[in-house]
Amino acid sequence: MVTLQDLKRISDYEWEIPKSFRPDMRVPVRLFATRRLLEGVMKDKSLEQAVNAATLPGLVGHVIVMPDMHQGYGFPIGGVAATRLPDGVISPGGIGYDINCGVRLLGSQISLDVARPHLEDLATALNHYCPSGVGEKGSVRTSEAELEAVCRQGSRWALKQGMASEADLRRTEESGCVEGADPTKVSVRARQRGRPQLGSLGAGNHFIEVDLVEQIFDSQAASVMGLEQGLLAVQIHCGSRGFGHQICTDYVEEFQGAVHRFGIHLVDRELVCAPLSSPEGQNYLGAMRCAANYAFANRQILANSARKAFEQVLAGKVKDWHLHQVYDICHNMGKIETHIIDGERMKVCVHRKGATRAFGPGAPELPDEYKSIGQPVLVPGSMGTASWVLVGTAASMEQSFGSTCHGAGRLMSRHEAKRNVRGEKLRQDLEAEGIHIRAGSMAGLAEEAPQAYKDVDQVVEAVVGCGIARKVARLRPLAVIKG
Amino acid sequence: MWPEFGFREHAHTADWELEVWAPDLPILLEQAAHGMYVLSGMQLQADSSRKHSMTLHAADAESLLVRFLSELLWVEQDQHLGFDDFSITVDDNYNLRAELRGSTIANLDKEIKAVTYHNLVVQTTSQGLHVNIVFDV
Repeated sequence: MVTLQDLKRISDYEWEIPKSFRPDMRVPVRLFATRRLLEGVMKDKSLEQAVNAATLPGLVGHVIVMPDMHQGYGFPIGGVAATRLPDGVISPGGIGYDINCGVRLLGSQISLDVARPHLEDLATALNHYCPSGVGEKGSVRTSEAELEAVCRQGSRWALKQGMASEADLRRTEESGCVEGADPTKVSVRARQRGRPQLGSLGAGNHFIEVDLVEQIFDSQAASVMGLEQGLLAVQIHCGSRGFGHQICTDYVEEFQGAVHRFGIHLVDRELVCAPLSSPEGQNYLGAMRCAANYAFANRQILANSARKAFEQVLAGKVKDWHLHQVYDICHNMGKIETHIIDGERMKVCVHRKGATRAFGPGAPELPDEYKSIGQPVLVPGSMGTASWVLVGTAASMEQSFGSTCHGAGRLMSRHEAKRNVRGEKLRQDLEAEGIHIRAGSMAGLAEEAPQAYKDVDQVVEAVVGCGIARKVARLRPLAVIKG
Repeated sequence: MWPEFGFREHAHTADWELEVWAPDLPILLEQAAHGMYVLSGMQLQADSSRKHSMTLHAADAESLLVRFLSELLWVEQDQHLGFDDFSITVDDNYNLRAELRGSTIANLDKEIKAVTYHNLVVQTTSQGLHVNIVFDV
C-alpha cells in the first residue's frame, strides 16, 4: 500500500514514487497533482495500480499519473506509460476496453441569447438524432465490407459517405485514421458486435452536451479554434462501443498464454502484455487500430447527427446554425510516437488510459492552424460542472510524453453514488439550474452525478500548475444527453 | 453466519466489484452469473423457455470464470438472452459443460463492457471457494 509518506515531493504539483519503493518496479512513478487531490486518491488503489504498471518490461522514463487519476483495473485511470520499440511490451489493459474513447468539440456562432428559447428543443432533437442507451443500435447500418472500410479508413469513410468535411478530418487526432489497422486480426464476434452499433453513443459516462463558452483565458488560441465567449459549443464523448470492448477482451484472453511464452512475470493478470515486435503484439496493434478508426468514425457520425439536430431546430431562426469542428482527441489509446527521453530520441509505444495526448506548439502531427498554439485538449467535467479547453505545451513533451489529464476523474463509487443520489431528483436539480437533461436511465444518471466526480477546476489547476497544459476556455453545460 | 454461497457488491471507484463465494467451482460460476445479472439490473421475461448449451475449456479456474461470464455477456448482447437456471459441471482439467435455461431480457439498466482479470484469484477457504471480480462498466 502506498501512503503519502512514500511520495517524494518534486514541486507543489509534482510527486514521485521512487523505483526503490518496490523491488519489481522498473521505472519510478511520477504524479501530477496537488496535495489535496492526492489525499483524495489515497482512499482507492490508483497508486498501487500505478506501481504495478511500473513493473512492465521495456518501460522508459516514468509511469505518469494525471491529477484526475482513480482506481481502474490493471493500470489506473489517468495513467501514461511508454515502452521502447522494438522489444518493449504493449498491454491491452493499459489502453482499456473502450479503445479510442475520446472527446470531440464543435464550436458555433450561435449566441446563448439567441439560442435560449430553443435549448429544450435542441436537447430533444439531439436525443432523437443520436441513438443512446443500453443496447441501442446505431444510426448507420454497415455490411461486412463497409465495416472493414471503417476499420481501415476511420473518419475518411464518413467523409466518403457525406458525413464529414475535410476540415473535420484535419482537426481530428491522426486526421481521424490511424495507419496500420488490420481487420484480419479482429474476431468474428467483435465484428458482429461492431456492425449494428456504428453511430451510437452508448451509455455509462458517455454523453453529448451543449455548452456555453463561459470564459476565455487565451484569446489568441480561442480565436484560432473559433471559440468565443457567449457562444454555444457541443461536446461528444464516446468510443468504439462493443467493437472495441470485444477486441480488448479477445486479446487480454489471448495474452494470458503469451506472457508465459515470453517469460513475463505479472503482479496482476489484467496487465498481460506481449513484446511489440512479437506476432502477438503486432496482431493486437492491428486490431486495436481498427477499433481506434471505428471510434473516430463513430464520433464523426454523431457529429453529423448533431449538425442535423441543430439544423432542424435552428434553421430559419438563427443566422448561422453551423457547427464547426474544433478538435477530436483520444484518451484511451496506444500510439507509436517519438520522444526525447533522458536526452535520447527514441521510438516508443505510449499507452494512454484516461489521459489525453497534448502535443506542444510546433509538433508536426498538428494541423497547420494549430502548430503555433499547440494541440487542443478537451477536458470534460461532469454534467453539472464546467468543462475545459486547454492546449499542450513544450513542457508536456518533456515531462509527460506529450500527455495531460482527460476529465474530472471519479471520486465516488457507482454504488455509493446510487445510494446517495436519486436520479429523478438530480434531473430536477439540474433542470432548475437551467441544464436540460435527457437520460435513458435514472439509475445511470445517479451514477454519473456531479458529486461522484472530483472538482474539474482543481484538476485543471494541477496540470496548468505543473506546465503540461495551458488554459484556453471554460465551458458551462446547458443541455446533456446521456444514454 | 454467512450463507453457504452468495455474492455481494463492493465499492469500486469507476467500475463494479463483486465478491462471490461458494462450496465448489460450478456453484461459484452460477453465483457469479447471478451477481453479474443483478448488478446490470437484468430482468427477464416471465417464461423460462429458452435453452442454451455451453462448453468451455480454460487453463485455470480464473480463466474459466472470465470465459464463462464473458460468454454470458456475449449471449446477452447478441441474442438478448439471460438465464436463471444453471446446470454446470466442471472436470479436473477445467472443462466446463453447462445447460442454461432462461428467457429474453425484458430490461437491462446497465451495460457491462467486460469481465476483467484484475487481481482475480479464486481462493480456497475453509468454506469453499472465494473470488472478487471487477467488471468494466
